[in-house]
Amino acid sequence: MRRSKLFSLALAALVLAGCGNIEPWVKPYERQALADPIMSFDANPVSSAYIDHVFDAREGARGANGAAGGGCGCN
Amino acid sequence: MKKARKTAWGVEMRARASAGWLGLVLVLFFLPAASIAGVLADDRADMLFHRYEGGGVTIQGPSLLVRKKIAEKYALTANYYQDMVTSASIDVEVSGASEYKEERTQWSLGAEYLRGKTTYSVNYTDSKENDYQAATTTFGISQDLFGDLTTITMGFSRGNDIVRRRDPSTNQIDPTFKEPTDRWSYRVGVSQILTKSLITTLQLEVITDEGFLNNPYRSYRYVNPTDDRLFALAREIYPRTRTSNAVAVNARYFLPYRAAIHGGYRFFTDTWGIGANTFELGYTHPWREWTFDVGYRYYSQSNADFYADLFDRPNQQNFLARDKELSTFKSQALSIGATYDFLPNGWRFLKKGTLNLFYDRIQFDYDDFRDARFAQLPTTDPNFHPAGTEPLYSFGANVIQMFVSVWF
Repeated sequence: MRRSKLFSLALAALVLAGCGNIEPWVKPYERQALADPIMSFDANPVSSAYIDHVFDAREGARGANGAAGGGCGCN
Repeated sequence: MKKARKTAWGVEMRARASAGWLGLVLVLFFLPAASIAGVLADDRADMLFHRYEGGGVTIQGPSLLVRKKIAEKYALTANYYQDMVTSASIDVEVSGASEYKEERTQWSLGAEYLRGKTTYSVNYTDSKENDYQAATTTFGISQDLFGDLTTITMGFSRGNDIVRRRDPSTNQIDPTFKEPTDRWSYRVGVSQILTKSLITTLQLEVITDEGFLNNPYRSYRYVNPTDDRLFALAREIYPRTRTSNAVAVNARYFLPYRAAIHGGYRFFTDTWGIGANTFELGYTHPWREWTFDVGYRYYSQSNADFYADLFDRPNQQNFLARDKELSTFKSQALSIGATYDFLPNGWRFLKKGTLNLFYDRIQFDYDDFRDARFAQLPTTDPNFHPAGTEPLYSFGANVIQMFVSVWF
């Protein structure tokens, strides 16, 4: 139990230490390809919501479909 | 007793998850607003007509989605969606009922608030059929991190459904049947830029349902040696709880000649014993004012523990189901789409406008769901097959989407 707590603390410290120092390895001016509309995970929300529903209604699996939202921070 | 313990565990887990969720929201809320703010999606309106046709079922209708920003910090969304259903599916035919028609109408309203690099969202959806009502509230939060290379999203949904039942002979709602279903959903996602051309996402979602989870019109079938068909039907019995886990990874890659490929995989498992895998691949190719899409999707699942095509006797076990959605099957879908930008330079207050046509062909092949209509033929018919020896069921479906989108 104590070991797992120590491990959690060490992990948290490592993660938090990372927050301050990570340099974006893809600079904002290098994101023109990612900003292209053809790179959007959800270019047409009205269409993706519909087609997700078509499969959800006929299959046992559900959830974790569609894009995670957010995006590439290109704008 | 076992069920009571399971339910108490479920409530405790939900309480813990809610507390954890609240903590995360608070942490993100008090993160200092970054010097460069994030952005909300552009104002746009979509008018879609959809049509699904397959397995004796036709479903069609419109969907209208409007999205508008206010002061670059707030956004409102509204969606109206309708299904007009005509169904003479294999389930309807085997039950002996005749073709039926019904409508489903759904309204959604949503709001977003952008603060620094954090976006908070709330959405309310209300869906109504004459025998089913569903109300769902969704909360979401999205945070850009590490020079906007990473976006973390979290979401929570709470749904309350009311299940009613129509009497198939009179088509009237049965006043004695009214069952509630409660739903909880927890989502976490990460979107990560890996290179100048590659973006990936990872998503996890846990969904828990409690209440009446059957389709109230479906029946299971069991061996009945006194019947010519060798089977009889009885009402299905489902467990009253279900928890599912899904994890998905997706990637999108920009090709050097301005085109994109994408791929995805989803793993699914639930407490009913269903396990499923979904694979997707797609290609997007722009050409002048056009954008073409082509994609392939493969899905396979194993059956639920309490599923059987033909039970040996009535009430053979505690739970009994013969829903083809709970059987072992695979589906394959091929999709093609074309988008035409008819306002490349805008017009008056419109910045852009597109016409879109998408077509999906889906094939469902069942491994342990037999076409019981063959057992219902007269025994003298050359195609007659007694229960348990019928051919396996399969069907194809055509899905069409036509829509207009404008950005303003």
